[in-house]
Order: sequence, then C-alpha cells, then structure tokens
Amino acid sequence: MANRCAVIGIGQTQYAAKRDDLSIAGLVREAAARALEDAGLAWRDIDAVVIGKAPDMFEGVMMPELYLADALGAAGKPVMRVHTAGSVGGSTALVAASLVQAGIHDRVLTVAFEKQSESNAMWALTPKIPFQPPVVAGAGGYFTPHIRAYIARSGAPPDVGIRVALKDRQNALRNPYAHLRMEDATYEAIAESPMLWDPIRFHETCPSSDGACAMVLASEPAAANSPRPPAWLLGGAMRSEPIMFPGRDEVNPRAGRDCAADVYRQAGIADPRRDLDVAEVYVPFSWYEPMWMENLGFAKRNEGWKMVLEGATAFDGELPVNPSGGVLSSNPIGASGMIRFAEAAMQVRGQAGEHQVAGARKALGHAYGGGSQFFAMWIVGSEKP
Amino acid sequence: MREVAVVAFAQAPIVRRETERNEVEILLPVVRDAVERSGIPKSEIGFTVSGSCDYLAGQPFAFVMALDTIGAWPPVRESHVEMDGAWALYEAWVRLQHGDVDSALVYAFGKSSLGDVGEVLALQLDPYYLAPLWPDPVSLAALQARAWLEADGHSEREMAQVAARSRASARNNPNAQLAGDFDIDDLLAEPYLVSPLRRHDCPPISDGAAAVVLAAGDLARRVCQQPAWIRGIDHRIEAQALGARDLTVSSSTALAAEKAGVASGPVDIAELHAPFTHQELILRGALGLDGETQVNPSGGALAAHPLMVAGLTRIGEAAQRIMDGVAGRAVAHATSGPCLQQNLVCVLEAE
Repeated sequence: MANRCAVIGIGQTQYAAKRDDLSIAGLVREAAARALEDAGLAWRDIDAVVIGKAPDMFEGVMMPELYLADALGAAGKPVMRVHTAGSVGGSTALVAASLVQAGIHDRVLTVAFEKQSESNAMWALTPKIPFQPPVVAGAGGYFTPHIRAYIARSGAPPDVGIRVALKDRQNALRNPYAHLRMEDATYEAIAESPMLWDPIRFHETCPSSDGACAMVLASEPAAANSPRPPAWLLGGAMRSEPIMFPGRDEVNPRAGRDCAADVYRQAGIADPRRDLDVAEVYVPFSWYEPMWMENLGFAKRNEGWKMVLEGATAFDGELPVNPSGGVLSSNPIGASGMIRFAEAAMQVRGQAGEHQVAGARKALGHAYGGGSQFFAMWIVGSEKP
Repeated sequence: MREVAVVAFAQAPIVRRETERNEVEILLPVVRDAVERSGIPKSEIGFTVSGSCDYLAGQPFAFVMALDTIGAWPPVRESHVEMDGAWALYEAWVRLQHGDVDSALVYAFGKSSLGDVGEVLALQLDPYYLAPLWPDPVSLAALQARAWLEADGHSEREMAQVAARSRASARNNPNAQLAGDFDIDDLLAEPYLVSPLRRHDCPPISDGAAAVVLAAGDLARRVCQQPAWIRGIDHRIEAQALGARDLTVSSSTALAAEKAGVASGPVDIAELHAPFTHQELILRGALGLDGETQVNPSGGALAAHPLMVAGLTRIGEAAQRIMDGVAGRAVAHATSGPCLQQNLVCVLEAE
C-alpha cells in the first residue's frame, strides 16, 4: 500500500501583475528556494522535481521545464512536467506526492508557476479550432453561462457574488503574498465596479498574476528530520470528465463530486463541513464559491449560497473558505491550484500568520480546470495518518 | 517494487501529413485497439495518463478533446504530462506502485505537420538569450554531431550506416514512414543539409499516435500470455545550455541506465529514441550496448518521428517483441529537449 507523504517545506513568491524584476527562471527559483529554506534542506537534498503550469502560450516557451532544469537544481535528476489545465497546480502536487507514496523518492520538490505578464492570457486561452468560431472571451466568457444557470436553478439572491468577493478581498489583506490588496473594499465598491460578464463584475473576478509556489514533499523518515511541523497527506485524488456531451451538468460536475468523495473516503471524513477546519477552494469568479460548496458536499444542492449569506465561509465562520484571499486575490493560473494545496498545508502546520485559522487540524486544497472537468484535491492534516 | 508489465501496445500508421483526421480521430482507433488487445474492459482500467504538447497544435489545451477518445464517463482518474508519452508511462508506472489500482492506459499523440517544426522547437530554448536567435533543431544537432565526430575520430560513414540500417529494418514495420534499401556511398554523395548532417541523418516530420496498457502482477499474467515486465525505469535531465554540457556523451542516459539496471543482463534488442544518426551512436555508448544487441528493429525515430509519441513508441515496440516471444530482455529509451537533454530508460523482460 502507498507510503506516507508529508509537506515539509512551502515557498511562495510575491504575486503581482508584472514581476519585471525576475526572469521566468528567477521566479520559480524564488519560490523553490523559500520552500527549501522552510524545509531546512539544500538543493542537493532533492531527489526529483515535478513542475506544473497551464498552457505554454502564457509565456511563449514550449515545455519550459527543459529551460528551467538548471534554475531548479535538477541537472542529473528526474524532472516531470504536468499540465491538466487550471487544475494543474493541484495535480502537479499529487504527481509529486505519488513519487513519495510509491516509495521511489524521499524528497521531491514540486513547483508550479505562471508569468502571465509575458503574454496575453485572453489570447492564450482561446483555442483556434478549425471550423469552430473562436470565443475570444477568456475564462469569464466561458464560465458565466454556468454561473447564470446556477443562479436560475438555485434561486440565489443576486448579491451572493458581491459578498464572496468582499470576504476574499478582506481576507487578502491578511496575506502578505496577495496580488490584489483592496484596502478600501466595501460592498458598495464591489457592487458599483464595472460589469465584465454579467453577473460577474470587475471586483468579482480574479487578476492575471505573475507568481510561483513550491513545496517539498517528503517520506515519513525524511519528514522526521524536518525542522518545522509537517502537514500529512491524508487523501489525494484527480478526476476528469469530457468537456461536453448532452445532459452534462457543468454547474455541479460529477467529476468534482466523485473526486471529493474519493478524498473524503481516504481521509476518513464522514461529514466534510463538520470534519474539515478550513478549505482553500479554486474560486476564480465569486459565484464559484457557492457552486463549489455544493459540489464539495458542504451544502445541499441549490443551497451553497446560504453558506455565504450565513457567513459560514467567512474568516471567523463555521468553515473558513479561502482565508488567503484565494484565486480572486492572486492568480498565476498554473500555480493557483498549488497555492490552494500549499495554503491548506500552511493552515495545518500553523504557519499561515495573520490568516491562520485557529486550531486548524484538517484542511482541503482544491483545484479545477478546463470546462469544469478536471479536478484535483487533497486533504492534509496535522496528525500522522 | 510492485511488478508492472506492458500488456498491450497499439499505434497509428505514421505519415508525413495527416490531412483528413484531427488528433482525436487519429487517436480513437489506436486507444480502442490497445484496450481491446489488453483484454481489460475499458471500464475497469484504473488510471489514464497521456502525453502531448500544445505547441504542436498551436493552441492551448490540446489534450482536452483527446479525452473524448477514452469516453471518460463516468469520470476517470486521469492525468496529463506536457512531455513525450514515455513520461506519461512513467507516471502510470509510479501510480501503479500505490497498489490500489491494477491497470493503466497511457496514450500520446502529435501532429508535427501543423506548423514549422524547426520554428516550434526553437521555442523550447532559453527565451531570453537563445530562442530570439531561432536556432532550429537540425542546426543544434549538427553542432553536436560535429563535436562528436571530432572528439572520438568517428566518421560520417558510421552515421550513414545507421540511417541505412534503420530504414532497411523499417521495411518490416508497416507503420513506418520511411523504409527502403540505401547504398552507403550513394547516401554519402548527397549534399549536406546542415554540415555535417545530410538529410538521411535527420528524422522525418511525422503525424501519429500510440497507446500502451500497463497491468500489475496477477492481472498482467491473467490477460497476457507473455507480459513485458518493467524491471527498471528511470529518467534524468541535464542543464539545457549546450555550452554547459559535454555533447559528445549522454550523461543523463548513462545515469538513467545505471538506475534502471541495464547492465544486469544481456540486452537482446534496444529501441532507442535517436532522432539523428550520431545520437544513436552516442546512446549506444551511454547504455553500454555491445554488438550483440539488435538496435531499433522497428526502424526507430529515423523511420518515423511523431513528436510526443516517438518515445512511447520505443517502449511499445520493445515490449511487443517480448510479448511476441522474439526477445527475452529489451531496453527502450526516450529523449526530449535539444541534443538529448532529457532521457528515459526502461528495461523490459519476459517472465
């Protein structure tokens, strides 16, 4: 059976619209070096490197792990490059964990990044498929119909998205790495911001960020020597389903429900809303918080929005969601999933600083991608499983 | 490690330019063929992982529609690497070590014909200092070939012999793109493409797809008469900068070969992913192969070179010969990056 795996080092870069102080190699190295420092390790201690990022067109570098090999101290080591669309940050961490769980390596460095200022995300996200009209609407244009379908079927009040955005903008002020720091965030300021893709307003959407996140994953013997408390992997899963077919529920995809059920089973979680202390969930547009609350089984179908209105997902709520400020506050796309996974681990390590949820012992990291069709999740805990 | 074997392999006929079918249409019959050959019902396959590259298709998320080929419903455990399918197979092998799933489907696809391969591959290079000069892969390989020729007193004739042997072997491979009998002196009379490389020293530009099914332990024995057991698999990378490496050897291949245990027995056949003739000779040295090993009975990458597929195909071709009882112990190799920057070595054995 699979071996135990723990997170023993975490590193994040400062997230910003344009990190023009660093090359791509410098960006990944900043995160990786901080993860090594946190783990009390040197480059030579690392057995293998697993890199993830979203489409290569974001930087215009094909398979950039090749160029990044020396910046990540990987010469002479195994390097893998994962790409599963927006979920990639999560699936990259899971592929790295898989190497430890399989008993192949003791210390794996995993890094996810995006340097979106090198290119134009709207262009890079638009497939140019022969005989099909290009959407050229970015992710917002793609996901808004799903959000509208959710509002229609759940009967959610129209300002749920504003409330989610307000919470995440306020949470981001607690996170020193966050890209968007809206010191004067108010309900009115968000409500009055320009409508981009109805019902998504400017302040309800994620930014385009430069940034990288890294973790050192370790076997049980290697974790025993780590200077700071490890976060133990209690469960990890990926699920995928096709992007379109008649009858597909894009609002509450089965792949997400199946993936959640799998990690809950592995982690021995019977009631996720009760048993989890904090969740870092991939919410690139405000309304995805109530949608994912249902998909993850925290709320009944069509009732996820009630968690938002009740304040259950607030920083001091019953189940804090995205205390880091989430994807709404920092979005280097390929890294956004790994940031969720890393933030979950920071919480159970008691390392989250001003956005630490008191007494967090079990946390969920969640990522999704493609047309709400690729899911990656993990649950980490402060106690060894 | 848990015993894992290749139990089925399928590939598309490799062509210069597939104009009638998109990637999904090329892949669909290949995946179906591999799954059928495995004897494992598709619904029971525990893990799926693929290898492909957005830059070949010239659009993001090239792998998303490929998911349609496996009919991922109900939802499947699935992953994707932006690498040659050989590394997807490595991820599947790792996943099977966990013990909770017993089989995996691995597939890869690539249509190199959609763009200018020379320009596309130049984008793999350092984006600040090298890519703006647009060095094409043939020119970079020529620098390596020149260094290799001068370092060890090798000859262009040895390179031409590799080309002639590969394309003669390919006559027995119905999926090969280039096959035939060539006279060494005729080949050497051809002009240089990029000195010291002639056209025959270079791989063709190819479109194609391949799929492999892996199974663990008892399941492999149940579904396959002669499974091709993976006895060792490892991969290593080097720094990319050509000036930082000794291009006349392949240190990453040698290290991967050591970790995979190539030297612990005789090697009946080797399927090497050597896109250029001199690279086969460098790889033979790195792998420690002697004259007893038959190299590239399929014709190798000089006979068909669909990017992202050619490495997985080497594992499939080697495994097929074990499943067919033609070989008892085989080595398969895959490469990525300029001048053999990253290399994977897989040792396969009969029971």
